[in-house]
Amino acid sequence: MKIRIAAALAAGVLALSACSSSNPLGSASAQPSGSTSAAGGGTLVVGSQQYYSNEIIAELYAQALEAKGFTIDRQYQIGQREVYLPELQAGTIDVFPEYAGNLLQYLDKDSTAKTGEEVIAALPAALGDTLRPLTAAAATDQDSYNVTNEFATTNGLTSIADLAKLNRTVKVCANSELEKRPYGPPGLKSTYGLDVEVIPVEDSGGPLTVKALKDGKCDTADIYSADPSIVANDLTTLTDPQSLILPQNVVPIVSTKVDDAAAAVIDKVSAALSTEELVALNALSVDKQQSSAQIAKDWLTAKGLLS
Amino acid sequence: MNYFSEAIAWILDPANASGPSGVWARCWEHLWYTLLAVVLACVIAIPLGYLVGHTRRGRGLVVVSSGAARALPTLGVVTLVGLVLGIGLVAPMVALVLLAVPSVLAGAYAGIEAIDRRTVDAARAMGMSEWEVLTRVEIPLGLPLLLGGVRSATLQVIATATLAAYVGAGGLGRFLFLGLKTQDYPQMLASALLVVAIALLMEGVFEISERAAARRLHTA
Amino acid sequence: MGWVLANLELIGSRTVSHLLLALPAIALSFVLALPLGWFAATRRWSRATLLTAAGLLYAIPSLPLFVVLPTIFGFGVRDALNVIVALTLYGLALMVRSAADALDSVGRPVRLSSTALGYSTFSRFWQVELPLAGPVLLAGLRVVAVSTISLVTVSSLLGVDNLGLLFVDGFQRGILAEVLTGIIATVLLAVAVDGLLVLLGRLLMPWAKAAGR
Repeated sequence: MKIRIAAALAAGVLALSACSSSNPLGSASAQPSGSTSAAGGGTLVVGSQQYYSNEIIAELYAQALEAKGFTIDRQYQIGQREVYLPELQAGTIDVFPEYAGNLLQYLDKDSTAKTGEEVIAALPAALGDTLRPLTAAAATDQDSYNVTNEFATTNGLTSIADLAKLNRTVKVCANSELEKRPYGPPGLKSTYGLDVEVIPVEDSGGPLTVKALKDGKCDTADIYSADPSIVANDLTTLTDPQSLILPQNVVPIVSTKVDDAAAAVIDKVSAALSTEELVALNALSVDKQQSSAQIAKDWLTAKGLLS
Repeated sequence: MNYFSEAIAWILDPANASGPSGVWARCWEHLWYTLLAVVLACVIAIPLGYLVGHTRRGRGLVVVSSGAARALPTLGVVTLVGLVLGIGLVAPMVALVLLAVPSVLAGAYAGIEAIDRRTVDAARAMGMSEWEVLTRVEIPLGLPLLLGGVRSATLQVIATATLAAYVGAGGLGRFLFLGLKTQDYPQMLASALLVVAIALLMEGVFEISERAAARRLHTA
Repeated sequence: MGWVLANLELIGSRTVSHLLLALPAIALSFVLALPLGWFAATRRWSRATLLTAAGLLYAIPSLPLFVVLPTIFGFGVRDALNVIVALTLYGLALMVRSAADALDSVGRPVRLSSTALGYSTFSRFWQVELPLAGPVLLAGLRVVAVSTISLVTVSSLLGVDNLGLLFVDGFQRGILAEVLTGIIATVLLAVAVDGLLVLLGRLLMPWAKAAGR
């Protein structure tokens, strides 16, 4: 889940009203909301989740498009899927960086896709007629189970399966929704034979979660794989030999207003975006405290995508 | 109001009722967090409020600082304190106490301040010591306003105590966050309803005690 | 300070957006609370009901409210209007009690004698009750103003632009300066608006020495 900090709550709350199969918020959110307006002519609206890394990727698209003469209206830091997906579907947002696995899971809860390829292949049908995915980037950003290096050495842990060596219920610091995720307690039990207790820390693997892990409040923590804090805090990411966790490739979702020319511009950005590059971009935001605009400008310039 | 009845059904479902993470256990936790926060706030704010009210000094300072405390965004405080002290009950408790202090403080000093000066002076003229003036005149007369302050502090804390679950503690927030993040809307709304129910319960308790306080005042 | 100086423009625009959400909500809750408070103060039977309802409104956790409102009123979740309506409800919850207390403090003898002097209910309200209730009303309004400015930050979780975005974003990125800027700017804004209200009170009610509590 790409939900960060309390952004998540808000977002989820929004969905509260969705009582039956349809989402009553859909039509409401479809109205041009706030400063959002279904701009006419050549303006494309680029949105982002309330997650700094997602905003950086959105800014990459935005600046690359501007360099090719498109006019861009930026709508960043929009809560979570429950908020922005209806707006995308209604056409008030045209370009949005998404994460393949979680998007598919959100759109189609019964999906059986396992590998990155299967997920990508299933997306167009799940998105319907008004939206389409462009080519996914190689970059991924997904849930991962991490332990402190010290804990890994002491207990001889390298893979998730090794957690069984602890011989007790494993405590995982994670967002509460992990409880219900296929790669959460049910999957860890059936795939790796682990008994797991989730300690909910609702900042999506943010600093509170890292602190709880280092304080020994839990054995392992669910942190996004592209998060620079994994390296910065000397954490070991446990390998997943049974491929329990769905790959989350970064994939641009676009509306019908995005023509072939615009799609080609975004494709070039995606083609250059690897996981290492994404972690480096995130680190600039976190360590150097640079704005997304600055980070995007420097990276695109270095890749020759602004000329 | 389909999801509304689903929420009620969720609350009444025996499968959700018992156990360490059942409705009852979470309600108790929530109530316990609330009482702890309000009691701690009272321990801090009431003596301070009485001091300010009785001496009629430092009022400006108290008004400004409690105004500033009121303006503190609770979520920001919870996360900041959590970063320093780690997950658990301490961080939300700090935030909840900060939230409750201004109302209790205002109730404590306003209760004394609202007393007619002549009443207090008369008490002094009768030969009461300052301590007697405070304990036998000002505190009893100020009780209704103090209770009002504690009452609004309690209501605020009940609603905000859901944030405890944000940093690994319990309470009704657990249902709120889980429901919200797994799109289990009945569960999420159920937690909001339970929060309001606890608020209603506490309102009842305060209504009764405020009436009792008012009655004592009139018969005294 | 490095982060603050490098992001002054951002802080400025977030502050303006913050005010554009908070001020209408503060004004609306004041205006709407007056008739309700007057009702509670002059019709004893309605008092307990109104005040308890207001109190319970305040007990609703704010996030679910932000979700439920759009389904009732039909506006978008990120609409400024959604935020303003939700904040107005919370403001109202606080203000109705203050308004009732304030108008209560006018007292029955004053009401009766002004009626005897020939005031209609309408002119009595504007020319006698409201000015006399002024200081207590102002005290209530100040609490509402400060709480509302603080509460606006919750809506940043929905993607609504305001100072709350600073601490949400800063927290994710581990930029302590940004988190603190968000929190401190919110508090300073509240203190500033509070100060303005006190000044306004002195201008409008020169007879009340220390306005409000």
